[in-house]
Amino acid sequence: MISENKNIIQVKNLVKKFKDFTAVDNITFEVKEGEIFAFLGPNGAGKSTTIKMLTTLLKPESGEIMINGHDPLKQKHAVRESFGIVFQDPSLDSDLTALENMQLHAVLYKMPRDLRTKKIEELLKFVDLWDRKDEFVKNYSGGMKRRLEIARGLLHKPKILFLDEPTLGLDPQTRNHMWNYIKEINEKEGMTIFFTTHYMEEAEKIAGRIAIIDHGKIVASGTLEELKLKTKTSTLEEAFLSLTGSTIREEEASSVDHMRTMSKMWRKRR
Amino acid sequence: MQIIYILWLRQIKKYFRSKSRIIGSLGQPVLFLVAFGFGFGAIYKKAEGGNYIQFLAPGIIMMSVLFTAIFSGIELIWDKQFGFLKETMAAPVYRLQIMLGRTLGGATVATIQGVIVLLLTLLVGFKIDNLFLLPLGILFIFIVALLFTSLGTAIAAVLEDMQGFQMIMNFLVMPIFFLSGALFPLHGIPLFLEVIAKFDPLSYGIDGFRQVLVSQAHFGIGIDLTVLSLVTILILFAGSYLFERIQA
Repeated sequence: MISENKNIIQVKNLVKKFKDFTAVDNITFEVKEGEIFAFLGPNGAGKSTTIKMLTTLLKPESGEIMINGHDPLKQKHAVRESFGIVFQDPSLDSDLTALENMQLHAVLYKMPRDLRTKKIEELLKFVDLWDRKDEFVKNYSGGMKRRLEIARGLLHKPKILFLDEPTLGLDPQTRNHMWNYIKEINEKEGMTIFFTTHYMEEAEKIAGRIAIIDHGKIVASGTLEELKLKTKTSTLEEAFLSLTGSTIREEEASSVDHMRTMSKMWRKRR
Repeated sequence: MQIIYILWLRQIKKYFRSKSRIIGSLGQPVLFLVAFGFGFGAIYKKAEGGNYIQFLAPGIIMMSVLFTAIFSGIELIWDKQFGFLKETMAAPVYRLQIMLGRTLGGATVATIQGVIVLLLTLLVGFKIDNLFLLPLGILFIFIVALLFTSLGTAIAAVLEDMQGFQMIMNFLVMPIFFLSGALFPLHGIPLFLEVIAKFDPLSYGIDGFRQVLVSQAHFGIGIDLTVLSLVTILILFAGSYLFERIQA
C-alpha cells in the first residue's frame, strides 16, 4: 500500500562541499509519504549535512531536492511549513522556561491560540515535564532538554518530522516511550518520519526503509530484510558494520564545542 | 506582527532576568561620570567650558546605550552557537521578521538601560533644562540604540564565534565612543579629530541629545536627526541583508 503513495521527499544527485571536503557526494533517494525512514551512518558520514539541506538551512552545491512538492531553494516558506525538526545539537533557549520555549515555537508556526494551549499541555505531559514547565531550561538535565526538544518538534503536527539522533543521551524507558508515541502518530496521522540514530535496534524496530550513508555516499538502501540479505548478515548492526567497515571515525572538535566549554566555565563563574 | 512581537518579548525577558548584567553594566557609566565629571570638572570650568557634568552626562548616557546595543546585537553569535537560531531559521517565517524582532528587542533593552543611566546622572547632580523635551531625548536614545543593535547584528551575522569580540570592542566600539564628542566639545579640536568625529554617527546622536537636554549643540538638531536616521536605515538594511545570508 505504501508503494502507491507519492514521494514526499525526493533527492537527486545531491552534492555539498565544504572547501575541498565533499561532505555529501552525489546522493539520490526518496521517501514515500507516511513512511518511517532511517538514515544511518558513522560519525561524519554526511547525515546532518543532508538534513540541513533538506530543511533549507544549507545550500547544496548541486542536485535537486523536493520536499512535499516544493524546492527548498526556491520555495523556502512552503518547505518550512511542511516539516518539524529535532536537531542533533540543542536548540532551546536556556534562559526561557520550558513553557516559554513551547509558546515561542507555537507562535513561530502560527498555531491558533486555543489549540496552542491544549497541545502544549498534552505534549509536556507526554514527556513528563508538565510539573516543571515553569523552570528555566538551563536548570534541566540533558535528558529533560532532549525530551523538551522532541515535544517541541511534534507541537505543530508537521507532515514530515526530521529527527537527528533524537534519542542521544536518553534512558531506555524514555526512548521506548518516545518511539511508541512517534509510531502511533505515524500510523494515526500519516506523518512521515525521517530519522538518524546510532542505536541500530531503534532502526530495526521502527524503520520501514533504511539508507546507509558513508563518506558522503549512500552505500545501501532498502528494507531491513533486503539489507540483511544483501550483506548476508542476521542483524542490522552486522549489516551496518559490513557495509561501513569497523574503523573508528574521528570528528574534529568544532568551534561550537569550544564555545560550549567556554560557556560552561562562564556560567559556573557567575 | 505576532512573530516580531514574540521575538522582541524574548529579548526583554532575557534582559530583566539577568539582574547581574543590569547592575554590572551600570557600574561603568557611574565610574566614568564620577571620575571624569569630578576629576576634570575644575579644569573645564577654568577653561570657561561651564559645568562639566552638564556636558558629560549626555555623553555617558549614550555610551551605555552604545555598549548595551552593540552587545545585544552581537548576542546573535551565542544564538548561532547554542542552536536557538536554528529553531527560528527552520520555522516558516521571514528572516526579516526574525531580524526585526531581535533588533527591536535589543534596541528596547538598550533604551531602558539608557533611561536608567539618565536617572542615575540626576543623582550625581545632572540637571535637565526642559523636562517637556524629554520624550524627544528618549527618541534620540532609541534611534542610537536601533543603529548600534543593527550594527551588532550585522557583525554577528558574519562572525562564527566570540573570538573576534575583543577586536571589535577595541577597534570599533571604543573608537566610536571616544571619538564622538562624548567626553570633549568638538569645536577647537585638531582638524583630523574633527573630521573623524564627523564620520562617527554617535557624534550626531550625542549632539542632538545634548541639545535636547542641556541646549548645547555643535551640528544642530536638524542635521543630527537627519544624519542619524539615514545611517540607522542604512545599517538596518545592511544588517537584514547579512542576516538573510546566514547559513546554519
